Amino acid sequence: MSKQIDVKDLNIYYGDFLAVQDVSTTIAPRSITALIGPSGCGKSTFLRALNRMHEVIPGAKVKGSVELDGQDMYGRGVDPVLVRRKVGMVFQKPNPFPTMSIKENVLAGVKLNNKRIKKSEAEELVESSLKGANLWNEVKDRLDKPGSGLSGGQQQRLCIARTIAVKPEVVLMDEPCSALDPISTLAVEDLMAELKNDYTIVIVTHNMQQAARVSDKTGFFNIEGTGKPGKLVEYDETSKIFNNPSEKATEDYISGRFG
Amino acid sequence: MSTSTQTREPAAAELTTGGRRFGDQIFRGLSTSAGLVILTALFLVAAFLLWQAWPALVADPADVRGGKGLVHYIAPLLVGTVMAALIALLTALPLSIGIALFISHYAPRRLASALGYLVDLLAAVPSVIFGLWGITVLGPGMIPVQGGLVDYLGWLPFFGGTSSPRSMLVTGLVLGIMILPIMTAVNREVFLQTPRLHEEASLALGATRWEMIKQAVFPFGKSGIISGAMLGLGRALGETMAVAIILSPSVRYTSVLNTSGNPGTIAADIALNFPESSGIDVNTLVASGLVLFFLTLVVNMFARWIVSRRSEFSGAN
Ligand SMILES: Nc1ncnc2c1ncn2[C@@H]1O[C@H](COP(=O)(O)OP(=O)(O)OP(=O)(O)O)[C@@H](O)[C@H]1O
Ligand SMILES: [Mg+2]
Repeated sequence: MSKQIDVKDLNIYYGDFLAVQDVSTTIAPRSITALIGPSGCGKSTFLRALNRMHEVIPGAKVKGSVELDGQDMYGRGVDPVLVRRKVGMVFQKPNPFPTMSIKENVLAGVKLNNKRIKKSEAEELVESSLKGANLWNEVKDRLDKPGSGLSGGQQQRLCIARTIAVKPEVVLMDEPCSALDPISTLAVEDLMAELKNDYTIVIVTHNMQQAARVSDKTGFFNIEGTGKPGKLVEYDETSKIFNNPSEKATEDYISGRFG
Repeated sequence: MSTSTQTREPAAAELTTGGRRFGDQIFRGLSTSAGLVILTALFLVAAFLLWQAWPALVADPADVRGGKGLVHYIAPLLVGTVMAALIALLTALPLSIGIALFISHYAPRRLASALGYLVDLLAAVPSVIFGLWGITVLGPGMIPVQGGLVDYLGWLPFFGGTSSPRSMLVTGLVLGIMILPIMTAVNREVFLQTPRLHEEASLALGATRWEMIKQAVFPFGKSGIISGAMLGLGRALGETMAVAIILSPSVRYTSVLNTSGNPGTIAADIALNFPESSGIDVNTLVASGLVLFFLTLVVNMFARWIVSRRSEFSGAN
């Protein structure tokens, strides 16, 4: 249920513009990896390359390889649709489908690919996914109400429920708490700590405390200047990054002397 | 206890505007009167139609053209109008959605903008041109097609007998092609407005492009598609020139679409007969116009109702 990600010599381009240069790293299964760094350094770009979501943007392309337990997701003949079923993504802004009820939102991914599931199974899956996202108690009496009627924090947890309902191997989260209040943020962080038992989790965050609180490993991205490509400057145990980083740039950034 | 109210100072001058803002008031007046103008115009049109149609409504049935009364005169035309418009809508709706989707989500960007431009151009072609094209090109060209429909789908109540190039089917198809550009233009705009967030949500769940379109684009665009269809339907219901040129009407009722045995449409009937009419005949024609007026109202209200039914889920909140 949880897979290791091996990134080798990954370069990501928007048209001719090299946005992320030469990233090689290994992300362990059943762990939380936090990506930090100044704005525009390519964190989102890198994250999207981990489930081929960058391909949605015209002109975006990658060179290099990303392996999921040894299988190159950029290999010849690999279907991006199947990659994304294995590697789910939660976005910065909560984006439940506005035309669907809470229940339909949770089942949205499951019903793709013309899959039919029995009503009883669907109900179980809705319950287990919403419980997994710590949302069940708040919404169990209004599963047929629109998902857009929830609070921002609840919507984000609904999106997480929707993502885990398809039982991916990896969950990517791009600043999942940036639109949330501290209490909802804590709820999502607790949730991540639980999800870690089953999934490989990669999260982008601007919140240092959050990175320090939840992650096992931290990657620091940086750019030398505008127009230059972003690079993974340092990648290590979170405690090491925050207490004793080996790079000067990392130390400057986490101590607030930068960006 | 009373000090708190007594010591309250007068509002600071910089926080008061001395009444309402001038610009706001002007704009409010303008938009309110614009709304009133539309309502008044609608009311006046209805009143005029009713007034002019009244003599025909109360006339002795024998005096009405056809000699069997108003209902007998208008009913076939109403059926013809609805038939032609339905054929047009059934052709144009799926086609316009397909073309719009191709432009908004499938075509490479250069091709998409060229196609979009072409569609906008087509929308400006006058209906008389479509009529001429229908009678000279599509009608004759449809003869073998209609024959084939009779041969293979003759068991349906819609096909049979001797095909005519001036049939209801040809008329409806021409109307469909006529309303295609406007509907395509509306649908394309609506599809392009789909929030990127929802499209990405769907793709990130492992949706194929078509699944994404079903999950994110169509639900978001539903009310827009319906509005576009209503726009097209309105044009098809009221179309005069193209129908008058192509359709060869009769006064029978038949569900068969490929012969020349179908009734005409209200709009074309008015255009064809008005010049030579006088007296009660004019009133009769106006009465048929009144029916057309109510038909479009009913159709539009029905469409609004469909759109509003699940407005809770529209994403407007
Ligand atoms: N769709 C795009 N087209 C072209 N360039 C892009 C696109 N998206 C991002 N970029 C560029 O790629 C670089 C990296 O952007 P990215 O969004 O990955 O940064 P980020 O680290 O996520 O920043 P933030 O913390 O502000 O979210 C930036 O220089 C940005 O301008
Ligand atoms: Mg970002």
